[in-house]
Amino acid sequence: MIVQLFHQMPVLVVILPLMAAPLCVIAHRALPAWLIHTAVSWVVFGISFLLFVETRVAGRVVYALGGWAPPFGIELVIDRFSAIVLLLVTGMSALTSLYARASIAAELPRERAYLVYAAMLLCLCGLVGMTVTGDAFNLFVFLEVSSLASYSLIAMGPSRRALLSSFQYLIMGTVGGTFLLIGIGFLYVMTGTLNMADIAQRLQGVAHTHTVEAGLAFIVVGLSLKAALFPLHAWLPNAYTYAPSSVSVFIAATSTKVAVYALIRFVFTVFGADLAFDSLPLGDVLIVLSVAAMLSGSLAAIFQTDVKRLLAWSSVAQMGYIVLGFALATGAGLTAALTHMVNHGLIKGALFMAVGAMFWRMQACSINDIAGLGKRMPWTCAAFVVGGLSLIGFPGTAGFISKWVLLQALMVDHHWLLAAAILVSSLLAVIYIGRVVESLYFREPAEGRKVARGEAPALMLVATWTLVALNIAVGLFGAAEVDATRQAAMSLLGVGQ
Amino acid sequence: MQMLLTETMPGLFNYWIVIVLMMIGFYTVIAHDNLVKKIIGLNIFQTSVFIFYISMGQITGSTAPILMHGAAGQQAVYAHPLPQVLILTAIVVGLSTTALALALVVRIHEAYGSIEEDDILAADYQRGTQESQKEQERMARARAAERHASRDADDGREQDEDAPDS
Repeated sequence: MIVQLFHQMPVLVVILPLMAAPLCVIAHRALPAWLIHTAVSWVVFGISFLLFVETRVAGRVVYALGGWAPPFGIELVIDRFSAIVLLLVTGMSALTSLYARASIAAELPRERAYLVYAAMLLCLCGLVGMTVTGDAFNLFVFLEVSSLASYSLIAMGPSRRALLSSFQYLIMGTVGGTFLLIGIGFLYVMTGTLNMADIAQRLQGVAHTHTVEAGLAFIVVGLSLKAALFPLHAWLPNAYTYAPSSVSVFIAATSTKVAVYALIRFVFTVFGADLAFDSLPLGDVLIVLSVAAMLSGSLAAIFQTDVKRLLAWSSVAQMGYIVLGFALATGAGLTAALTHMVNHGLIKGALFMAVGAMFWRMQACSINDIAGLGKRMPWTCAAFVVGGLSLIGFPGTAGFISKWVLLQALMVDHHWLLAAAILVSSLLAVIYIGRVVESLYFREPAEGRKVARGEAPALMLVATWTLVALNIAVGLFGAAEVDATRQAAMSLLGVGQ
Repeated sequence: MQMLLTETMPGLFNYWIVIVLMMIGFYTVIAHDNLVKKIIGLNIFQTSVFIFYISMGQITGSTAPILMHGAAGQQAVYAHPLPQVLILTAIVVGLSTTALALALVVRIHEAYGSIEEDDILAADYQRGTQESQKEQERMARARAAERHASRDADDGREQDEDAPDS
């Protein structure tokens, strides 16, 4: 019985959230819906951890959905790469579930809270599905499941501007999803199959046709839209700013990362690095765009007064680091991209959680509203400072590890200018994080805003500080993480298992 | 004959339609301010992709992929059913997107009293500039209220102790 269950693990991570979402709606009350959400998130996280261990040992786990043999049926494939992303997504969901209860109760009307939990579970289902699937069309369907859930989650934000930002995200997200669909269509025309491994095999003979090249272009543009890569990031700042705090935490830490995961998966597993980087100039294009993202995102973040919007612009910049590592198309570059995917999830999760706790307290989060909170919410503000240091790349934090690995990858190939761009962007990060920290610790509370000392609820603090502790742990003992991401990168490039 | 069917303009009629529809839909999404028209454009854009998938499953002289019995079934050539199944899924996705988008438009109309993007952005912009002005003023006031050294404080300069007070 137990052994049977172990064999079903790859499908359980997708099915459990999917089945639990309607249960939340049936429960119809905030508390039972939250209990279901929390229980399922932690169970899925536990299963993901087991799968992670299994891939560390066995290399990859394959599951034929419904017992149909792979090229014809849908196949779930979890290799070392997807296991890391899976762990990030489910782990963030588990921590957000602890955080969400108090935060959602403060920001949304009580009778709508259960819908947030249901939609968060659907979003989790979509993201996990994108991570584990080995079927191109299935990936599109899961992308749309997670996107539809996140549109409705963002629209639930307390301000009316949440509605328009959700609508704009919906328009851009759907165009991106449809581009992906067109690209998959081109691949299907040329190969007659949808299984990723099968497509990769059959593409060998027809790789240099215009149809396949157009397919690659459509897929890259479509997924870049979802990943908010530089010129296609217009939806992101508004969406993160006006969403409810716990939704910002979850989406900022996971959804753009999973889109980049899907992009890397298509480029390396389906098309192959030769076609994308040698025959087509994908690497050059992405390097230019990612540098533009790093500099423009950091610059824009400096001029924001709303702290959530400031963090959102910083996310645009941080996506630049991830895509830059991927665009190098070397083992070291991919390692850096994977490391920063995980670390940026930990950093932005911690920062958005700290800001959400300040919002819980003050009902606002402009840089003036949070002035002087350092003495009144010492733990929350300390969490923000550590998260901020990690974002800048201070030694001893997770951000330092990923920047170190990325700089190493750049130095090996003598990309001095790119290394300089990373340093400039980090300096800009010092400025925008510094502005917030200055307001927290060195300014008097705004007039009419004298609040007594008092912390956020215990569960919110626990979730925030778990992420902060992870940031420090990764910063101090980064070798284990870099080792795991390096193995994942090597398995993607198909060398030395 | 084969060349005529696959490589000429009339032979690729479906694909031309796909491109025309795609451009009409995409242009509507970009160019129109009315949110409902944007949704209509999005639908046309998606529909063009549906037609693209259905067309690629077409085999010359084939019939719908519904199993026929008897002699007719023995000789029948069926269109490829898999793209059609895929598009059934994509249609469901498109339908839920449209439903969600329309629901959002209803909520936007309740909140702003308009469904023209320009009006909504103008309302937001007006309030946004007011808010940012307010934030700037608060920032300036906070800076002014900061404790500074008083004007006649000892600034460390050498002072002539013997000079008479003026």
